[in-house]
Amino acid sequence: MKRLPPQPCERINRKQRLSFKWHGRWYSGFAGDTLASAMLVNDVTPVARSFKYGRRRGIMAAGVEEPNALVTLESGSHHHTPNVRATDAELYEEMQVQAASGVPSLEHDIRAWLKPLHRFMSAGFYYKTFKAPKNWWPWYEKGLRRFSGFSAAPSEPDAEHYDHQYHHADIAVVGAGPAGMAAALAAAQGGARVILLDERPAPGGEMVSDCATDQQARQWFEATRQALETQANVSILTRTTAYALHDYNLLLALERRQDHLALKARNPQHSRQRSHRIRARQVILATGSHERPLLFANNDLSGIMLASAVRRYLHEYAVLCGDEVVIAGNNDSIYVLASELLNAGVRPVVVDSRDSSLDTAALQQRGAVVRTNHAIIEAVGSSRVTAVRIAEIRQTGNRWDIVSLKETLPCNLVALSGGFSPVVHLDCHTGSRPVFSGEFQAFMPACDRPNRFVAGSVNAHPDWAGCRDDGMHAAASALAALALTPSSPAEKPRRKSLGTGPFLYLSHKPDKVFLDMQNDVKASDIAQAIAENYRSIEHIKRYTALGFGTDQGKTGNVNGIAVASAVTGIPMEQIGTTTFRPMYTPVTMGALAGEETGLLYDPQRFTPMQHSHVQAGAQFEVVGQWMRPWYFPQGDEDLHTAVARECQAARQSLAMMDASTLGKIDIQGPDARELLARVYTNAWAKLAPGKCRYGLMCDENGMIIDDGVTACVSDTHFIMTTTTGGAARVYAHLERWHQTEWPELRVCFTSVTDHWSTTAVVGPKARRLMEKICSDIDFSVEAFPFMDWREGTVLGVPARVMRISFSGELSYEINVQANYGRYIWDQVHEIGQAWNITPYGTESMHVLRAEKGYIIVGQDTDGSITPHDAGMGWAVARNKPYPFIGLRSLSRSDTARADRKQLVGLLTADPDTVLPEGCQLVRHPEDSAMLGHVTSSYHSPTLQRSIAMAVVRNGFALQGETIYARPVSGETLPVLIRDTNFYDAGKEQLDGER
Amino acid sequence: MFLITCPYCGEAREEQEFSYAGEALIKRAPLDSSDAEWGDYLFNRNNTKGPTLEQWQHTLGCRKLFMVERNNVTNDILAIKTFESLRSDS
Repeated sequence: MKRLPPQPCERINRKQRLSFKWHGRWYSGFAGDTLASAMLVNDVTPVARSFKYGRRRGIMAAGVEEPNALVTLESGSHHHTPNVRATDAELYEEMQVQAASGVPSLEHDIRAWLKPLHRFMSAGFYYKTFKAPKNWWPWYEKGLRRFSGFSAAPSEPDAEHYDHQYHHADIAVVGAGPAGMAAALAAAQGGARVILLDERPAPGGEMVSDCATDQQARQWFEATRQALETQANVSILTRTTAYALHDYNLLLALERRQDHLALKARNPQHSRQRSHRIRARQVILATGSHERPLLFANNDLSGIMLASAVRRYLHEYAVLCGDEVVIAGNNDSIYVLASELLNAGVRPVVVDSRDSSLDTAALQQRGAVVRTNHAIIEAVGSSRVTAVRIAEIRQTGNRWDIVSLKETLPCNLVALSGGFSPVVHLDCHTGSRPVFSGEFQAFMPACDRPNRFVAGSVNAHPDWAGCRDDGMHAAASALAALALTPSSPAEKPRRKSLGTGPFLYLSHKPDKVFLDMQNDVKASDIAQAIAENYRSIEHIKRYTALGFGTDQGKTGNVNGIAVASAVTGIPMEQIGTTTFRPMYTPVTMGALAGEETGLLYDPQRFTPMQHSHVQAGAQFEVVGQWMRPWYFPQGDEDLHTAVARECQAARQSLAMMDASTLGKIDIQGPDARELLARVYTNAWAKLAPGKCRYGLMCDENGMIIDDGVTACVSDTHFIMTTTTGGAARVYAHLERWHQTEWPELRVCFTSVTDHWSTTAVVGPKARRLMEKICSDIDFSVEAFPFMDWREGTVLGVPARVMRISFSGELSYEINVQANYGRYIWDQVHEIGQAWNITPYGTESMHVLRAEKGYIIVGQDTDGSITPHDAGMGWAVARNKPYPFIGLRSLSRSDTARADRKQLVGLLTADPDTVLPEGCQLVRHPEDSAMLGHVTSSYHSPTLQRSIAMAVVRNGFALQGETIYARPVSGETLPVLIRDTNFYDAGKEQLDGER
Repeated sequence: MFLITCPYCGEAREEQEFSYAGEALIKRAPLDSSDAEWGDYLFNRNNTKGPTLEQWQHTLGCRKLFMVERNNVTNDILAIKTFESLRSDS
């Protein structure tokens, strides 16, 4: 192929040569080339191997509709970009390109060697073949994945970053062809704030080709482009693809800010791509249309291209895609291309499937050959097209027949135009279905959602002037909807006709007629799916994979529907289309995430004591979003050793824990007490100021959703604590019940989790320490009993001290204003050295509480455990004046069953075996029916053996019996069922050292 | 991705600021209802296609709950009402 002398409207800059590397060899192109135009000039072929049969493929299109030319850029590097369409990738210096397909290589593809088997590989082949035996599925999957025709996923972290930008616009115009440009300018001149988007590097769309040959077009284009650039109320975003249109005109668009720059020239401060979220009061879709290929045998050969693509390569990139050309089609646009090719010195043969009445004498005089009532029935060639066989055809009713086989035309380029499919995608994202038009032989946008207009080629205008007028008309309508007036009136233009003929499918060698090039779906596959009784086009699509690829069938789908129509005899309009869903073209995950990655996506929360924990060498674990100390290793201690030491300190002398992460909700109002009684299962009527109470919270279904201690400050003021992970959920739960069910309750809630910090002092010597650091509270057992709280001054700081315990030991929780949290923690740690105070983390907390059989909501409960199931029936007050949430459910026949799964303690026969959490339990060693599972399991340093909690069907009744645990390791281990309180059942430790 | 006008804040804001909070005006069954009636209240929803009455909460705003009448096929919002307005009607 050759580069032509300078063309009037070419996009390339011949002064700037760029080199790129394709499969280890260097080639060159010009700045402004797409990768595809540069590959065409360099005769790079094949560019791809097909998905299923490994057929050699070339470049077919010049835009985003390209199904074949998928490549990997910068393979294996931090800039690795998979499945890039060569046709819309702009060439940059030292671009590294690999084909996306080819197993093991582009040159030698095993799938092509399997040619004798291809006839068995029709639709449903994989479903039918790789079905049995079932346990081979993973192997099948692994093997088949290797054969898929797509790029490898990136293996390295992305070197670049992404961001989002938000816009509001009066009118957003999608597509900057003649319709979009005219619409944007008219809208702006009418006073609207306008955003104009286009996926290409510069405005113009398909009009660039018109400008090359039409002086009037060029003048209008230049004038409009300049006017748009100077118009202050228009923002133009190029290289920006509107990929989704959601409800209320939320338009999502992806701007490729740096993809066109050489890697070295990219600014690391700038994002690579930006996702724009545009809320527009009115949207004008001037999205254009995609040309369809024709259906004949071997229509997928390299060298067979869309006519519009040949035209674009000619005018925009000065590339002549072939010098022996056959143009085939069913509409008038093919004659325009023929004339332009004649200008470029090529004498094409035009094969028109219609009985065209167009006067083609002039073309013929200039050297073109015209055949009407003819069609290509087969292309010939192995690595690329070398000839086509054409035949005279005739249509009777809906049937096409070959009248006589005519001639073989040698050629190295076939340009096809099977009509134009409007780009209806965005219009369909909100649920509209396109409507088939017999006049235009196309599915037209329904455009039936409010505040939306279509204009130009998507609205079946074939010429730039019609598109322009339609754009102005759409702008006038959009302005009127905004109560603005256009500066000049615009009338609805009449559509010119391309005289597009009906779909032509000859059923000649249907197993060589390709519909979806990217997925190797052939006409015979559609016929087979229908023969196997698939009727809905949605089912035919899924069975054959028509339109599945990264191109989503932009060139193939409508032809597939036409074949289905021809095979079934059902008209196109009744068959309809499959569903168009976002994204219009693939959007990289990074762009969806934008800056919301890592900590900006999932922030970390720290307690005020964080720095002290880090200094103490704590290991952390994430709870909700909190970073909580997990354990505090000393020297080279492992988790097990550290936890043993920490637990021993808590049980025998003194330990401390940071409990600041517990959710805290401040509840105030005359009805605060009543609210507590309604949301907790237990009684609250008599809880006096200075007292605390443990509460269990259920949902309306009677299942435990949270627990925690609530302190009574006064009759109208309570502080509720929630589980660390449940704080937000509980807060929303309270609000919802208050606002929707009990608005009469005079109460309000404030989340105060971050306002307070909590240092828990735990162990028999806790009282000794408290007496030393707080002189205005009497810590004696009599004056300050368990489940009381006192207001006082701890180390000079106003504090609320609660005597509550999650370990079974004497324990005081010192709550202070959060800013004093670290001071209190550090002071307690220092003063506590007298008793060798030991900080402990969540792991020891879990072990200590499990030794006492205290539940952790979300670990020992899972949304299917009632208070009774958890053995906490004592916390259910059935006789409250107003029933609590979930009360009625507790007596539902299913909830009240005696043989529900119940929370019990387990002891393994071997004291050193720690069962894995989640481990399955069975009644008898030979059983396979699951009786329950282990919810918590630890080695208890206090008891010097393993302990576990589990939910077991009918577990309460089975206490004292032996059941069996079945860990995934395969053993069957006997375990004894008992109650959950493994330690200090007599509560002798609770008061500590007196 | 629709816009909801919070009746308390008085501004059309992005759907992302709000949380869906289930079907509105489900009458809580009395304590003495049968298992079947209680189960119906607990588990069965109308799941209507077309106009539905829903509860939404302005989670990232004023945190108030209110009612939205929405056509769940077209996402057209037909009406927005507070619970207070309901009470003054009756």
